[in-house]
Amino acid sequence: MTVFIIRRLLQSVVVVAVMTVLVFAGVYAIGNPVEILISQDATEAERAAAIARLGLDKSLPEQYLSFLGNLLKGDLGTSFVFGEPALQLVLDRFPATMELAVCAMLIAILIGVPLGLYAGLRPDSVGGRTIMTGSILGFSLPNFWQGLMLIMLFAVILQWLPAGGRGERGEFLGIESSFFSWDGLSHLILPAINLALFKTSLVIRLTRASVRETINLDYVKFARAKGLKPSRVIGLHVLKNIMIPLVTIIGLEFGSVIAFAVVTETVFAWPGMGKLIIDSIFQLDRPVIVAYLIVIVFLFITINLVVDILYAVLDPRVRLSEQKS
Amino acid sequence: MSLLSIENLNTHFFTKAGVVKSVDGVSFDLDRGEILGIVGESGSGKSVTGFSIMGLVDEPGRIVDGSIRFDGQDLVGMPEPQMRSLRGRRIAMIFQDPMMTLNPVLRVDTQMIEALRAHGSWTDEAARQRCRDVLGQVGIPSPDERLKSYPHQFSGGMRQRVAIAIALLHQPDLIIADEPTTALDVTIQAQILFEVQKLVAENNTAMIWVTHDLAVVAGLADRVAVMYAGRIVEMAGTDEVVDQPLHPYTAGLIGSAPSRNARGSKLTQIRGMAPLPMNLPTGCAFRPRCDHASAACNVAPGPTTPQADHLVRCHHPLLDGRDRGTAA
Repeated sequence: MTVFIIRRLLQSVVVVAVMTVLVFAGVYAIGNPVEILISQDATEAERAAAIARLGLDKSLPEQYLSFLGNLLKGDLGTSFVFGEPALQLVLDRFPATMELAVCAMLIAILIGVPLGLYAGLRPDSVGGRTIMTGSILGFSLPNFWQGLMLIMLFAVILQWLPAGGRGERGEFLGIESSFFSWDGLSHLILPAINLALFKTSLVIRLTRASVRETINLDYVKFARAKGLKPSRVIGLHVLKNIMIPLVTIIGLEFGSVIAFAVVTETVFAWPGMGKLIIDSIFQLDRPVIVAYLIVIVFLFITINLVVDILYAVLDPRVRLSEQKS
Repeated sequence: MSLLSIENLNTHFFTKAGVVKSVDGVSFDLDRGEILGIVGESGSGKSVTGFSIMGLVDEPGRIVDGSIRFDGQDLVGMPEPQMRSLRGRRIAMIFQDPMMTLNPVLRVDTQMIEALRAHGSWTDEAARQRCRDVLGQVGIPSPDERLKSYPHQFSGGMRQRVAIAIALLHQPDLIIADEPTTALDVTIQAQILFEVQKLVAENNTAMIWVTHDLAVVAGLADRVAVMYAGRIVEMAGTDEVVDQPLHPYTAGLIGSAPSRNARGSKLTQIRGMAPLPMNLPTGCAFRPRCDHASAACNVAPGPTTPQADHLVRCHHPLLDGRDRGTAA
């Protein structure tokens, strides 16, 4: 187990190294940030000074090496645009995105799994068919349009919830979060639902398919033949088995929700990382892009690690120490 | 009074392609402690008969007619909670594939104790003791450790023993065994047959042993019922069925099994293929494959008893040793 975790961490270091090279070369190829950062009528001397200040006068390999040196000291560089430490910028926005992602995934799981179970157990019922038809809307309607419609209905017409922005944060056990204040929650609900719609549909369909597959297996019939209550047959024998594919998908989706919540964050003016990364890409703010991607890579690796550990908990046939990957 | 009395059982499956009469008018009685072998090919309705007794026929299947009287109560139309209290406690079932019967993600003790607790409250210690005892009975060494194992840590034969142990937990009156030795090695098969026979005799448990292998049943069952296309075509004491089959189909089954006495000679086959359940021939379903078929066979034969306690559904039963063993 320990070996497994150490191996995973080493892998993540390699991934980060490869990723930084790619991003460095990529951003360098796109264009020169100086053109964007310095006003058109700057003198040649001012221009040279700015280039030197940003460290852009050196060759690309030199820039990369100095970046690596700073990285080992925990310094990811300073934003070209904001003049603040890049990592700090990203981490400041991190809680907002995390709140949104956690809330969206909770909605997806708490609504998706029960509905999927129902549709899987009663595939021919009116309810089951309605759920399946509804889920098609969930992932076929464009995300931004869903967001706009949510705003229109709940913020403009009904005026139940605010249209955008992040509300006040409450404090609980020293942690500051939107979860702990009513205003914060009311701002969180609409973007979280918007982000959750697609995921909910996915979870519903996956749960349904897994249930349909599992319910006909001999061990489920055998469990019934033992005289167990349906609640135990479904709640333990079926559910524990379908958790294995579900955990995989939920893990992957959780990562992608954090990394790619850009559309929802834009529609709802949510001050998260997604908005920051888009702005940074437009302004070729390389330190911020790199810092953001490093954070995301570590996040993905952590999520995958948790998923693998959950596998071992759920499925006794999986033994982590023997796994190659 | 018989422990189990099935009268004109009809279990049909209502599929989109049409109605499949998997079980079509099956009747038999079973006494306490008696072992009945049900023999037939795949799709002959033998497993569905077992599931009908358990009340575990799933959609689109349904028992459309008949009665299953178990210890005086009719199981057909019995409310589900009542049926559930019989399942596992008084009627238990063993399945065909031991690799699939136990839930792969739950420990053996979890799966055994839940079976006990489905029918009454058990303290942890009492439940464990009961599980250990039964695992010991079915020949599992060091049951204490084995209880904490997961199914994948057992071999196929051991898993089937665990499944049998689960069936025995409540000392049921009736065990329905759906080809439980088919997936096992011959040596393991023999061991398990021997032990099951012993355990059933000790507890005076009645048993229905469903199989496609007449040889397995020959050494185990008191009586044999041969099923073809949803009907019992022949039923009698095991010796009578094996030694003096009356139905051409039974004779064909026996004739198509290799034996030491006929070494080197060609095995006889039953002509043609088992009919599709959706599209059964009218009259006697075996008619197109039978050498004795005549115009009379266009009308389905009713059950007759040309010899005492020997039921057969055939217009031309093989009396007087005619063509026995080489029919078809």
